[in-house]
Amino acid sequence: MMKPWKGIKRLLPLLAMSLLLSACGREDLSVLRPQGTVAQGQFDLIILSISIMVVVMLVVFAIAAYVWIRFRRKPGQQEVPKQVEGNFKLEVVWTAIPLVLVLILGVFTVQKIFAYGEDYWNDKNAVRVQVTAHLFWWEFSYPDYGITTAQDMIIPTGKKIALELKTADVLHSFWVPSLAGKTDTNTDGTVNKAWIEAEQEGVYLGKCAELCGQSHAFMEFKVKSVSEESFNAWVESMKAPAVLPEDPAVAEVFRTQCLSCHAVGDQGVPVGPNLTGVGSRETVASILLNAEGSGNAVDTRPVQENMEAWLKDPQKWKPGNRMPDPKEDLGLTDAEIEAIAKYLADYKLSYE
Amino acid sequence: MTTPHAQQVSDTLPHEPEKATLEGRNKVLGFWLFLGGEAVLFGTLFATFLALRDQVADGPSAAELFSLPITAAATFILLVSSLTSVFAIQAMHRGNRKSLATWLGVTVVLGLAFLLLEIYEFYEYIVHDDYGMTTSAFSSAFYTLVGFHGAHVLFGILWISILIGQLMKKGLTAVTAPKIYVSAMYWHFIDVVWVFIFTVVYLLGKVV
Amino acid sequence: MAHAHSVKRYKGFMDWITTVDHKKIAVLYLLAGGFFFGIGGIEALLIRVQLAKPMNDFVTAQQFNELITMHGTTMIFLGVMPVIFALMNAVIPLQIGARDVAFPFLNSLGFWTFLFGGLLLNLSWVMGGAPDAGWTAYTPLSSSQFSATHGVDFYTIGLQIAGLGTLIGGINFLATIITMRAPGMSFMRMPMFTWTTFVTSAMILFAFPAITVGLVLLTFDRILGANFFNVELGGNPVLWQHIFWIFGHPEVYILILPAFGVISEVVSTFSRKRLFGYSSMVFATILIAFLGFMVWAHHMFTTGMGPIANALFSIATMLIAVPTGIKIFNWLFTMWGGQITFTTANLFAAGFIPTFVMGGVTGVMLASAPADYQYHDTYFVVAHFHYVIVGGLVLGLFAGLHYWWPKMFGRVLSERLGKWEFWTFIIGFHMTFFVQHFLGLIGMQRRVFTYLPNQGFDLMNLISTIGAFLMGVGVLIFLANVILSFREKKGVAGDVWGDGRTLEWAIPSPPPEYNFKQIPLVRGIDAFWKEKMAGHQEMTPAEPVGPIHMPSPTILPFLMSVGLFIAGLGFMFTNDDFGNSFLNFMFNKYIVVAIGLGLTFLCMLLRSLHDDHGWHIEEEELKDGGVQA
Repeated sequence: MMKPWKGIKRLLPLLAMSLLLSACGREDLSVLRPQGTVAQGQFDLIILSISIMVVVMLVVFAIAAYVWIRFRRKPGQQEVPKQVEGNFKLEVVWTAIPLVLVLILGVFTVQKIFAYGEDYWNDKNAVRVQVTAHLFWWEFSYPDYGITTAQDMIIPTGKKIALELKTADVLHSFWVPSLAGKTDTNTDGTVNKAWIEAEQEGVYLGKCAELCGQSHAFMEFKVKSVSEESFNAWVESMKAPAVLPEDPAVAEVFRTQCLSCHAVGDQGVPVGPNLTGVGSRETVASILLNAEGSGNAVDTRPVQENMEAWLKDPQKWKPGNRMPDPKEDLGLTDAEIEAIAKYLADYKLSYE
Repeated sequence: MTTPHAQQVSDTLPHEPEKATLEGRNKVLGFWLFLGGEAVLFGTLFATFLALRDQVADGPSAAELFSLPITAAATFILLVSSLTSVFAIQAMHRGNRKSLATWLGVTVVLGLAFLLLEIYEFYEYIVHDDYGMTTSAFSSAFYTLVGFHGAHVLFGILWISILIGQLMKKGLTAVTAPKIYVSAMYWHFIDVVWVFIFTVVYLLGKVV
Repeated sequence: MAHAHSVKRYKGFMDWITTVDHKKIAVLYLLAGGFFFGIGGIEALLIRVQLAKPMNDFVTAQQFNELITMHGTTMIFLGVMPVIFALMNAVIPLQIGARDVAFPFLNSLGFWTFLFGGLLLNLSWVMGGAPDAGWTAYTPLSSSQFSATHGVDFYTIGLQIAGLGTLIGGINFLATIITMRAPGMSFMRMPMFTWTTFVTSAMILFAFPAITVGLVLLTFDRILGANFFNVELGGNPVLWQHIFWIFGHPEVYILILPAFGVISEVVSTFSRKRLFGYSSMVFATILIAFLGFMVWAHHMFTTGMGPIANALFSIATMLIAVPTGIKIFNWLFTMWGGQITFTTANLFAAGFIPTFVMGGVTGVMLASAPADYQYHDTYFVVAHFHYVIVGGLVLGLFAGLHYWWPKMFGRVLSERLGKWEFWTFIIGFHMTFFVQHFLGLIGMQRRVFTYLPNQGFDLMNLISTIGAFLMGVGVLIFLANVILSFREKKGVAGDVWGDGRTLEWAIPSPPPEYNFKQIPLVRGIDAFWKEKMAGHQEMTPAEPVGPIHMPSPTILPFLMSVGLFIAGLGFMFTNDDFGNSFLNFMFNKYIVVAIGLGLTFLCMLLRSLHDDHGWHIEEEELKDGGVQA
């Protein structure tokens, strides 16, 4: 039998590795594992500043440790230490060196500020997306294609995505850590521009980063980067006219109760999230993860179950959200809810 | 201690009685500091006003709203009141209590006249033009800035009136002198603020 | 009392609410600050319990938002500010060789307005819900449309009243330090804590009026229907951010500078050396204050101010690292060549240096705008500001409290318990906040009431929660230490640490009511140390023994604050329908406001009309007390 400490000895590097990896976070979520041009540049700046700062910290810690050990008062020590007024040379040294360090960081900072402040809205090669934040969901409009979607922002890989961001109510902040830092979504009059670019295909997690009310924590979204062909296919399928539920009774309920706030294809009212192709999204209401979604690994359920769970009690999942309760407020029966959930879950777009 | 305390000097009042005691000197210094804070307060109000002055929504703009003759008259009155408060302090330095009280009285009357003009102006906007705090961002900023100043004038009038009363009853002493001196500082300060208001709010509103 | 002026002297409770003695006001500040610090701490623990595991439902989303808002607001405005003021009140007049502050009446007024403002704010918990828009109260979230309870009204009006108290305190200390210094104490001979208090007070004077205006605008928007932040009618929510941070950034330097002062005193005393590079320390303090007013927009890099503004504010912010670095190295070289004793006070000061450096370097990292687009509003920022405020200021306050406790109360805190305090608190602190840097970097945004599992957040959040409780244990040990210290006999040596350098150590512990029997003559920096080195046991007096003039106690500041409290409460319910015609009349017609303001102004009138000549302590009484000065 192996001695216990041997086991620990073998486990230790593993443990350290897993801790280190977990400290770097998920590939689709972490600032430390950048997947896009902007995030990569920001990561480089973070590494540069951390490196400088670690050096500074080590110098301070080393001097501190030295004086604490070396200059402790010894028992019986009575003579008065020399009262030093100061030292001009030293003062110059510890003023000048930090100044130089700050300037080095400053140069790279300013360079990147202007790089990421670049406006690609009028660049012909960029894909334009208008982002509108709502309590507590995200709307993405593609003005050049005349389509609007919600929660999942589909983008072509390797192209610059020019964003125009604003809010419909309180302030929010648009953040996809693995692709780019934040941009606030302000009210009309102070609309912001930004850009992102994904280097590889994949699904990236986005979050609202400005306190916006009760479900601030759940105001997530996904950025799904696909090939250019898939993107074009997606645009085409988004434009296709909506097919309402087959059962006329369900269709009637859907039209009168749901489409008074939601839109599908060419029908409905765009107050709440657009539901076109909602069945092929990564999530229901951004936090109920769909098993069908390509970006979700664990804790998932089939989209139909998620849709049913959501429709039966929206406030349970996202407190403070503005959707009327289908049962309480709109008077839908369980059977109707289940039928609509099935319809929505089956409402898929094929583009991959 | 070398510094005599308030009650010890009332018989022989020096040239600058407001600085005769440590308390008096502290009061003047403290009041200067307070005015520093007040300057930041009005500075922030001015910044707010400047940020929002074009945001008139559906309401009238500054150029349509303001009537310069009234505000010009108010400006003149307040400037003169500043002058009369200078005369008051000069009288105090001469030790002339009667003249001091008279000039303070004139200052209060002029302050009242200014305040009445401002109340009339607000009354016209609110009642005749139906133009209130809630009309637009511009109106909110306007009423808040000018109203804050008006409240300062009102406070100054009440304060100086009370000081006149104290002056009559207790005489000019090392206790009353610093109070009168700082009230004059206060009065000059709100006068200066008004000059800025007249320029930034009214004149600029008419021009740009 | 031999003198003609007889003056009422109160006992017990009445003594406390009428006192104008800076030493008693210091105790009041400490009690009130401790009380609010406790509330803020409990709020913090509730937050950490909720975040201990993913998808926790210990509190609701709404309760969580109220907790974070009140935790931040309480800690900044009502927790640490008063403890800073407690130390200032207890120490500054003693350090500059004065018998009191410049305006004893205002000193008392400042305390009571602060207290009643703080009480008003905390009343929100039991009166319909606490504010829920974050301590920054960003509009439109804080507008009446999106925050319909009275919570934010309690925030605006409570802070308005409390802020008035702070402003008054700031003016008072500025005037005190300018005019009340003992003969010979030039500005460049002032102790470092006095210097930082002076600079902090100047910052208060120029920063607080900005938030006063901001709070007025938000109050008017919410109660009078004004449109400062209402977009439909031309308002601009970003304006609030500017006004808030023009105040808010200087505010964090207002908090940290006094801690710098405390550390300078403690490090120097317990190294038995004078402060290294005194004049560059003074210069650095002033420079930090000056730059502190130029960098507010670094809180708004993601707001969309444009590249030029972002670049300027980035560089300005980074520059603050330079004077801060000067301070750090000067402390280290104060210890260099000294004889360091690790008393509890010095342990906290020693803990301060590396901890604060860690908070400082993340500050420089945050200053780099493009990187800040990633850090902003994440747990990285939460970690950063807790490192500077808790790891900087709170450690500094603990150092200061242990250092001056004997001077304030005549009793020494237990060193044994003190060491337990220090180690539990600082280990708990680093456990709580170090991991939060990484939480932010791997994608956890701040102010979230919970988080989904499988994001890699779980373990670090749990560690953080455990650390928070460890900090709580540290605070409880401190509390026990305080209580136990009062079982000891009062009265320790004046120079209780044996190596006191500044004037407060030249007088008894606790000091007599008049502080100095004779105002001392100051002959250099570290005045008391200098006399001791010259072989003297006490300071050379600058005046003969004589009767000492004292200000009279007064209830007016207390009543004025009660008046403001009533008026504030009345104003926020202006638009409410109570379903009761009497209450509707009282509130909707501003009657309650008028009563409250009337009381305040009446007190001001009484103060103006009634000449307060104070009273005297006679020579015989000084001798009878057996006081050695």
